[in-house]
Amino acid sequence: MITVVLVAAVKSVALVVMVLLGFAYATLLERRLLARFQLRYGPNRTGPFGLLQPFADGIKLIFKESFMPATADRLIYWLAPAISMVAALFVYAVIPIGPEIRFFGATVSLYIADVNVGILLVLGASSIGVYGVILGGWSSNNKYALLGCLRSSAQLISYELAIGLAVVSVVLTAGSLSLVDIVNAQQRLWFVALQPVGFLLFFIGALAETNRAPFDLPEAEQELIAGFHTEYGGFKFAMFYVGEYVGIITMSLLVTTLFLGGWHGPLLPGPHWVAVKTFAFMCLFIWIRATMPRVRHDQLMAFGWKVLVPLGLLNVVATAVIVALVGG
Amino acid sequence: MGTLAAFFILSAVTLIPAVVVVTSKNIVRSALALVPTFFGITGLYILLRAEFVAGIQVLIYAGAITVLILFVIMLTEGGTGIRIRQVNEQVPVGALASAVLAALLIWVFLRTPWPQGPGALPEYTAAQIGTTLLSSMVLVFEVTSLVLLISLIGAIIIARRER
Amino acid sequence: MWFRTPGGDLLLDYIPVLVHFVIVVGLTAALPALHALVGGSRPTPPKMEPYESGVWTIGSTRERVPIRYYLIAMLFILFDIETVFLFPWAVVYRRLGAFGLIEMLVFVGVLGAGLIYAWKRGALEWE
Repeated sequence: MITVVLVAAVKSVALVVMVLLGFAYATLLERRLLARFQLRYGPNRTGPFGLLQPFADGIKLIFKESFMPATADRLIYWLAPAISMVAALFVYAVIPIGPEIRFFGATVSLYIADVNVGILLVLGASSIGVYGVILGGWSSNNKYALLGCLRSSAQLISYELAIGLAVVSVVLTAGSLSLVDIVNAQQRLWFVALQPVGFLLFFIGALAETNRAPFDLPEAEQELIAGFHTEYGGFKFAMFYVGEYVGIITMSLLVTTLFLGGWHGPLLPGPHWVAVKTFAFMCLFIWIRATMPRVRHDQLMAFGWKVLVPLGLLNVVATAVIVALVGG
Repeated sequence: MGTLAAFFILSAVTLIPAVVVVTSKNIVRSALALVPTFFGITGLYILLRAEFVAGIQVLIYAGAITVLILFVIMLTEGGTGIRIRQVNEQVPVGALASAVLAALLIWVFLRTPWPQGPGALPEYTAAQIGTTLLSSMVLVFEVTSLVLLISLIGAIIIARRER
Repeated sequence: MWFRTPGGDLLLDYIPVLVHFVIVVGLTAALPALHALVGGSRPTPPKMEPYESGVWTIGSTRERVPIRYYLIAMLFILFDIETVFLFPWAVVYRRLGAFGLIEMLVFVGVLGAGLIYAWKRGALEWE
């Protein structure tokens, strides 16, 4: 019992540190890559290649003055970014980053827990993340923030359905809700080959869930200032940022886990493959931001409800029929 | 022993926010206090080894129902701004009704012959639920879809009349 | 199953989840506390105005929101519940065979009809 708790605590701390470092460098990666796409240099003065930039940003943000609007709901105003960050970090309890490996003669599993309903917990935590947006926008008592919060919560819940339906078709193909089982089911053939439509649905949903371009309406800065986090500054703003960028890492990791065979791949050991695939998807997220213009809110909702949801339902039905014909 | 302690902690996590739900003067905080309550219940389900139900509890209740409640509050005129009183002159009647309900529930609880002692715990896994749902409970399964359809039609009719 | 925690009790699977949750919550609580400590706060009335691009705020923010948000949330819950019902079906589908397929087709068909109804009634329009 004590060993279970200790092992879990060590793994958890290691993973949180890794994810937060990943978050720090995801922001740098985004700024540098976007700069290259726009023929600029990006931040390159702080340390070699700008590698110390995220730390400079972090230190600056934590020393910023902490303020809030006089009419804000104090408790909820503080709670909103915290919910966003907790929901983003919590999912790593069940996402595997590798199989069991030998480590100093002991067998260590590269996941904190493999629960039977892992994918449900991931979906649940992502639906909790919506509260950060709703409460942040509502509690600031700012009109732009409220508009941003309404738009983005409608967006988040609509695209959650696309993700849910894509996951159902993956579960149908793998026959299990455990993420470790799902990865192991892809030993021979990655699910991206068996579930191309599901993959697309999931990826589009992932872009919308992380508020990324072309679905970055929550922070449509030309019309809404900064959307739901207009009134947030300093480290409270940084916590929303943690939520967003950890979300990108999580979604890239989930695409890898659900559709690209997770740690399966030739030559390299498992965790390296997970890292390579996840990194590739993060770059794709940034590439899309540099390329795609933002969609309008009505187009966004219409696309979600009139294209993605029906497509998701049809994909589940089609998968079921094919599984019945092939005989599993 | 550990399970018993966990049960009491989870009960506290469930009940304390539940009291906030019915006493808070700020209706948004009331709605928000539902979330920890739902998490406490999730923990209790896990203690009962009903992990699929626990996952659903987070996904549907904490993740979806409370969002709907928050939207509905924002939909109501002045609902989010004013401070509300949660009690009115009907407190005694309400207290009586809850006391009777509590007595009834305790009576049922004491009368039920709970299976005790060693024995295999029933499995509440997703596979088990799926098998039951699609064999002996298939009628319930299909009727559920009709119930969902009716709620959908109802919601649309209510929202349209508002126009 | 091979990946089960030794002892085989399902509760042991969830102890690491709980530990992770506690660590994440602890970290998240510590950061704003540190921020409030070192950042300091010198509130002045103009600083505490809601930001509206430099103009004074007119009217209340606590207005009623359009009813379509309620409708979207309601539709979301219904289809989310549908998804939830599809999960246990998806896990055991291979064992159910053709009967399972027909049962699911009826279930999805009814809700698909619901989606078409919502579409026709204009509930999905966003003017």
